[in-house]
Amino acid sequence: MTTTPAPPATEPALAVEGLCVDLSTVSGTVRAVDGVSFSVRRGRTLALLGESGCGKSMTALSVVGLLDPAAEVTAGAVRVRGQDTLRMSAAERRKLAGPVLSIVFQDALTALNPVQPVGRQIGEPFRIHRGLSRRQAEEKAIELMTRVGIPEPRQRAKSYPHQFSGGMRQRLLIAMAVALDPDVLIADEPTTALDVTVQAQIMRLLRDLQHERDMAVVLITHDLAVVAQRADDVVVMYAGTVVEQGPVHDVFTSPRHPYTRGLLDSVPEDAERGRPLPAVPGSPPELSAVPPGCVFQARCPMVRERCVRERPSLRGTGDGRSAACHFSEELDRA
Amino acid sequence: MVPFLRKRILSSAVPLVCVVLGVFFLARMTGNPVDLYLPLSATAEQRAEFSAAQGFDLSVPAQLWNYLVDAAQLDFGTSLRTGQSATEMVFDAFPVTLQLAGVTMLLAITGAVLIGSLAAYRPNSAVDRIASLLSMTAASIPDFWFAVMGVLVFGVSLAWLPTSGTLGGPEVWVLPVATLLIRPFGVLVQVVRGSMVSALSAPYVKIARSKGATPRRVIFGHALRNAVTPVLTVAGDLTVGLVNGAVIVETIFGWPGIGKLMIDSILQRDFAVLQAAVLLTAVTIFALNILVDVCHALTDPRVRQAVPA
Amino acid sequence: MTTAETSAAPAEDTAPARNRPPRWWLLLGRDRAAAVAAVVLTSVVLVALFGRLFIGDRAQRQDLDASLRPPSLGDGVYGLLGTDVLGRSVLARLIDAAATTLSVAVPAVLCSLLIGSAVGLWAGYHGGRRESVAMRVADVILSFPSLLIAVVVLYVLSPSALNIVLILAVARIPVYLRTSRAEAAELRSRLFVDAARTFGTPGRHIIHRHILPIALPTLLTVATLDFCFVMLTESSLSFLGIGIQPPDVSWGLMVAQGRQYLQTAWWITVLPGLAIVLTTVSATVLAAWARIATDPAQRWRLTLPRKRRGASAAVPPEMTP
Repeated sequence: MTTTPAPPATEPALAVEGLCVDLSTVSGTVRAVDGVSFSVRRGRTLALLGESGCGKSMTALSVVGLLDPAAEVTAGAVRVRGQDTLRMSAAERRKLAGPVLSIVFQDALTALNPVQPVGRQIGEPFRIHRGLSRRQAEEKAIELMTRVGIPEPRQRAKSYPHQFSGGMRQRLLIAMAVALDPDVLIADEPTTALDVTVQAQIMRLLRDLQHERDMAVVLITHDLAVVAQRADDVVVMYAGTVVEQGPVHDVFTSPRHPYTRGLLDSVPEDAERGRPLPAVPGSPPELSAVPPGCVFQARCPMVRERCVRERPSLRGTGDGRSAACHFSEELDRA
Repeated sequence: MVPFLRKRILSSAVPLVCVVLGVFFLARMTGNPVDLYLPLSATAEQRAEFSAAQGFDLSVPAQLWNYLVDAAQLDFGTSLRTGQSATEMVFDAFPVTLQLAGVTMLLAITGAVLIGSLAAYRPNSAVDRIASLLSMTAASIPDFWFAVMGVLVFGVSLAWLPTSGTLGGPEVWVLPVATLLIRPFGVLVQVVRGSMVSALSAPYVKIARSKGATPRRVIFGHALRNAVTPVLTVAGDLTVGLVNGAVIVETIFGWPGIGKLMIDSILQRDFAVLQAAVLLTAVTIFALNILVDVCHALTDPRVRQAVPA
Repeated sequence: MTTAETSAAPAEDTAPARNRPPRWWLLLGRDRAAAVAAVVLTSVVLVALFGRLFIGDRAQRQDLDASLRPPSLGDGVYGLLGTDVLGRSVLARLIDAAATTLSVAVPAVLCSLLIGSAVGLWAGYHGGRRESVAMRVADVILSFPSLLIAVVVLYVLSPSALNIVLILAVARIPVYLRTSRAEAAELRSRLFVDAARTFGTPGRHIIHRHILPIALPTLLTVATLDFCFVMLTESSLSFLGIGIQPPDVSWGLMVAQGRQYLQTAWWITVLPGLAIVLTTVSATVLAAWARIATDPAQRWRLTLPRKRRGASAAVPPEMTP
């Protein structure tokens, strides 16, 4: 990007405001993401935490403009470098894709083109945005492959995705995403498909690259441990809405939403032998049948009459935190 | 690549061997093969003479050996109809069909890739629905009827196009190629559309878009090459199926190709020619199958490595 | 969001509907093209079944005075669509031919469906050598144009309706064999089949109770499409003079018989061709609809690796000649 310079560290690199996404299905249109807002600065990591189907991945895809045709952003703004990407033309948006915004997917096997040598794919951003020749792009790709720890990168650049292990493929995908030093890197469950030991390596690689390149990272995950270790801030999502957000340490030590509390309680860290693990009972509402009141009412242990009637808004509770619960003070006291 | 090819050639050769043997045994299954060669009115002496001359009075293994030796030398006897060597007649007819098939497949594949990709780019759009309905119709119209209608409208009523023969300018090609084209074209549009839809919704396409690739780069640089595998397979099968169409088209438009030769030899009971034509077609199909396999290997690195069972 | 998740969301929405599957005729009503196709096919079948009861011998009855009469409203019901060169009613002949055409196509499709699926399911479920032998045989048959096989066999044997049925059945067995083998091979490794096996359920019971019900919608869809193909091949053979032989009549034969009067009596050629087109296009449209309508049962296909998924494209590769 040459038009606008990278923002100073005090400005958020990415700000999502009131994002709503509608999904058309056979049985009508449902709201998959409902008024999600968050922001993240360079060098910081924000975690989007939630069960599968809560809308966290769809939020990420709308940020990078990769939603399926069945889904449509109906409201909100996604600001990078002072501009709203949702109001941009496709061509303007393409200029941001790579140098400003970048994404890593969960399943690296299908995210790499099976019929192209990996070197070509990793070098592609340089060809698209910097106009490098194929040979120059390949050199850049080899540098990147070295950086993410692919052994013998010069030879391996000519190999195809199916010739790499899962962990190596994830490294390749990361190399491709950080190629142009983006302001914001979105990592959509980057380690879910991997072995535990490889997971740790990949997370370490992501952290090193983030420090080295001063990127903002949005980490999408359902893994509480990953959030605790890696993220600075956390946004907890439930049924398409944000139910709580704030600095990870504060949120995890004293959650202000019963859903967050339930999630944390279900971690078997200090479970006692012989006692059943606590879990959040029930399952999230179907998107077509989200109740008019609080989205969490059906599973909430402290549900009252007001929760059925009125949807709690996400209100600030001081110290940079907010929660969408009528009775969050009670949790604080408890 | 070499072990891959060797394996594919071996497995493609199985059908070829089956046909060579099939023709031999089929000819003897119904009793005396002389019945196939000679007209029904032949006398007993003529039969005995012919039988001895052709070696049909030998034991079956000996006959098989002779048949294989002859086949290897491309000697299938002489046509009872024309007295010409059957092999020669077949080789005369072959280029006509080959040209017809080549032009047809070239047009069908080009057209189908364009229209199929266009339909796949916006699934369920008006373009997509029209393309789907048209291609379904095209794939289910009987080609002989289409040809007859073409003759009726453009040859008889409007008198724009010649209705038979190969002599003349490019206009003699229009009706035969159009007739041969509709079914492969209809089927291919659907296949291209289907595999482009699934290729365009694949995660690697999303990743390419996340790198800022233009739609053109996404379609031609990433999706098309992945979508090509099923298209290749079907295109190969359709080319084999063109023989079906060629029989019809050449009969209707009077083209002296291999299809007309086969039908004529059936209707006039000229078994030597039929046998030569069938075996040459079998060899061509064998070569075609290998060509398709090579194309697969060229477009898909996974195929190159995995040696098929 | 990953594709798995996006597709999971609508799946959850339709969950109540899946518990009580919508009646198929309601689904049919939603797709106008498919509804029309179903009506056309039903009428063709009814005409083929009962038409001969009404027309008597009119399909064969000659009336040289009434030769080559164009379609008109003035000549009674049997003159509606005109007459051929021997003065036979084209309408009566169309009805008679419908019965002949279907009496070749339906048995051929049923035979190949039954034999092909039985062998395919068996081969796919057991795997190993049985599977590779069956597949190899299928490859051999499929690698030759069906018309070519038919042409050679009909040269040696005589062209009769029974022989045509047999040839078409044999030529199309591989289509079902490949489809059902693929289904069985994939289902073989799934958990509920393993579960059944650990209870000591014999193989044929597993195939019958667990695999067949899942494979059936796909097989029926393929059969609908294949019906087109078989019908087209029969009419091509009849057109070429090596299929149905006079005095029997099929639509393909009618086109051939009318060809020499093309300039003077277009209706003899055009109408039977239209009958073929209407029937085959309806079958194709209906098959395309069935592919979508049976989707909930096939949704698991979406979780398959890409290569297999290619096979569920609009037209399965086996469907081509």
